[in-house]
Amino acid sequence: MAESATTLPPAQGAPRFDIRLALTRYGAWIALALLILVNLAITPNFATWQTLNVNLTQVCTIVIVAVGMTLVIATGGIDLSVGALMAIAGALAPLIFLGKLFPLPHPAVGIALAFVVPVLVAAALGWFNGWLVTRLRIQPIIATLVLFIAGRGIAQVFTNGNLQVFNLPSFQFIGLGRVFGIPFQAILMVVIVAAAAWMLRRTVFGRQILAIGGNEKAARLAGIPVVSVKQRVYLISGLLSGIAGLIVIARNSAADANLVGLGMELDAIAAVAVGGTLLTGGRATVTGTLVGALIIQLVRYTLLANGVPDAAALVAKAVIIVLAVWLQRQSHR
Amino acid sequence: MSTDSALLRLAEQIDGPFMAPLLTMHGIDKRFAGIPALRAAELVVEKGEVHALIGQNGAGKSTMIKILTGYYRKDAGEVLFDGRPAEFSSPQEAQRAGISTIYQEINLVPYRSVTENICLGREKRRFGFLDWPAMHAEARALLARFNIDIDVHRPLMAYPTAVQQMVAIARAIGFEARLVIMDEPTSSLDEREVEVLFGVIRQLKAAGVSVIFVSHKLDELYAVCDRVTIMRDGRTVQVAPLAELSRLDLVTAMLGRELTQVLHDKHNAGDLESEAREPVLKVENLAVSRKVRDVSFEVRPGEIAGLAGLLGAGRTESVRAVFGADKPDAGTVTFAGSANGIAAPSDAIQAGMGFCSEDRKLEGIIPDMSVRENLTLALMPQLARRGIVDEGRSHEIVDRFIKRLGIRCAGPEQRIRELSGGNQQKVLLARWLCMNPKLLILDEPTRGIDVGAKAEILSLIRELAGQGLGVLMISSELEEVVEAASRIFVLRDGYTAAELKGDSVNEQSVMAAMAHGHEDAREKAHG
Repeated sequence: MAESATTLPPAQGAPRFDIRLALTRYGAWIALALLILVNLAITPNFATWQTLNVNLTQVCTIVIVAVGMTLVIATGGIDLSVGALMAIAGALAPLIFLGKLFPLPHPAVGIALAFVVPVLVAAALGWFNGWLVTRLRIQPIIATLVLFIAGRGIAQVFTNGNLQVFNLPSFQFIGLGRVFGIPFQAILMVVIVAAAAWMLRRTVFGRQILAIGGNEKAARLAGIPVVSVKQRVYLISGLLSGIAGLIVIARNSAADANLVGLGMELDAIAAVAVGGTLLTGGRATVTGTLVGALIIQLVRYTLLANGVPDAAALVAKAVIIVLAVWLQRQSHR
Repeated sequence: MSTDSALLRLAEQIDGPFMAPLLTMHGIDKRFAGIPALRAAELVVEKGEVHALIGQNGAGKSTMIKILTGYYRKDAGEVLFDGRPAEFSSPQEAQRAGISTIYQEINLVPYRSVTENICLGREKRRFGFLDWPAMHAEARALLARFNIDIDVHRPLMAYPTAVQQMVAIARAIGFEARLVIMDEPTSSLDEREVEVLFGVIRQLKAAGVSVIFVSHKLDELYAVCDRVTIMRDGRTVQVAPLAELSRLDLVTAMLGRELTQVLHDKHNAGDLESEAREPVLKVENLAVSRKVRDVSFEVRPGEIAGLAGLLGAGRTESVRAVFGADKPDAGTVTFAGSANGIAAPSDAIQAGMGFCSEDRKLEGIIPDMSVRENLTLALMPQLARRGIVDEGRSHEIVDRFIKRLGIRCAGPEQRIRELSGGNQQKVLLARWLCMNPKLLILDEPTRGIDVGAKAEILSLIRELAGQGLGVLMISSELEEVVEAASRIFVLRDGYTAAELKGDSVNEQSVMAAMAHGHEDAREKAHG
């Protein structure tokens, strides 16, 4: 192709409605709106607080983890260790507030530490993932497989494989509490989504993440500290997994290292993909991830509420993922 | 079949079977997406000759070879191998017919044993099982022909590159190759290893095997090759016995320049002035891996310095090391008064250096980002307060540079991938100019850009130098670098072969230095 000096986009001049472009850009939102409309029509008692709360609480932890996953994927990486990190954070917190790890001067100190320490540990392990990826140059899928495998084992060593049961409302507020009738975890989720979306759009760090995912070589030659940006991204993913782990055990009043966060990595990746983030990096949308998670959740809810067995719901979930990724391909070429 | 091919056959019959060439590629055309890569290209290789195939980047050498070995399908033309029409549909088929190719990067299986690598694809069997003793013996016998005695049971990667290359050749011969194509086989070898390789090539020749030898190192051609085919812009421009051509003839034919061309009327007004200034960049005895052995050059504020040289001379590798993108092995880089203070591109940028890579798509643009985001990529940290990008200032700067450089786009938010090559390059130039740099390194700044944008970019570079910016420019287009630069450093095989300034900056002297400078420079370096 002889390159002319005046290549303008085809959309210039006549603002014709391009159905394909609209589908790829707003497809997730359209799908969500359609799902809600369909449910309003066919699902009994859909438009209730109850339904909203059930769906929100079920989607919360996925969204929180998927926000971190979005950032990792935006750099062209992936984080398989998120579920295992949730288990580690979930195993640590009861050990701390039950005083099994060290004697507590005051119960309040235990609760404060039970929030801070597990999240920091998960963040540190996330940083370790980043270290493997950047310093040892291991492919992200393999590097994070290390903790995917070992993490759950570590969590079981902490607890000797025991189920830890507790009843501690001040700690469990993170999973069970409500503010003006809205589940606290949903508020937390919205805050995290908003903060991450703002960060990705408005800060230097966000721009650097997308630049690295878009073209790592060019980013390096433009002076972007590729290593430190990637390490921070994996750290954030670990930190958010830690928070999600605490929410799960608070909700269940129990920490089971075998079950906390099981399969979370795949749910999170699915939400990111359905939300419209490019899996090869460089283009990412945090709000899209939220919408993606809501779509997957709503489809499942719709089918279950209308008497379709869960096995069939899983197939529906798979179909949505394929559809979303196919739509992305369309926009890319 | 065309009359051409009929004539060709007739010619063969008259000459008799002994004189018939092993390979005849005639009138080969090939287009990629409408752009011609080969136009009626010719290549004739006699039996038992070592034939050099040379040309600049994009001249069509690789396309020619890939058509021969079945990677690509030709659009027109004719290939005769051993007197028979040959159109291979895959490299495997070509190999079976007796054409083996050895690439620059050795394409063997590093974890498997030497024997397995040599016998891969034609394993010996006995009662349906692999006959290992026979295969080991064969591998040893093949290697013994080159006086190589190694343990064939050990994995290939246990041996140095030169030995691996010998294994690749042994494998080629094991296939009873009658034509071996070597694509820059010496690029990863040291001098002693190159000698061993040449010995092998002479043995092949003595055994009646033909060799096509692709290399950018002129000395090597004279050491082993009988005849040469020179390509330029997809055409075969010259075929001759190598002994009849001087190095200067080779370079001239490759670059397509007449030696009698008039000197360029240059405006060197600022030269004397810049000569007096302290250099902003001084590079002394730089060495980077095997490509750069001993390179020195300098750039003064307000001048355009050129780095010239054939492909593989070490130009790009040198400037990448200067910018901190690659690690140098030795040498001193003094930039803005401090020596060796650059360990990464971010250091270079902070110190006031900008670098436009030769590969705009792979290392320059971030395709999915907007013109604005691409333009401010390096400036971003300075555009931000407490990590938050100041969008107002960003818009201001971007608008200014779009206007100043005449970047044609729908707006600052248009994705850069939708722009033409020339406008992408302008955005990348602006990426550095908005930093107010002291030195700008431009590696092939006009590659793949249409003529109009090319002229604009060159005049912009001149204007910037006029304002006191130091510019270091690499260009494979001799005319361009001679016209723009007031001082040219010519690299050859990893050495600085010559420094030309003032009146000696002309195409003739640059080509002479590209062709001959090598020995002098090396003697200087070692003596």
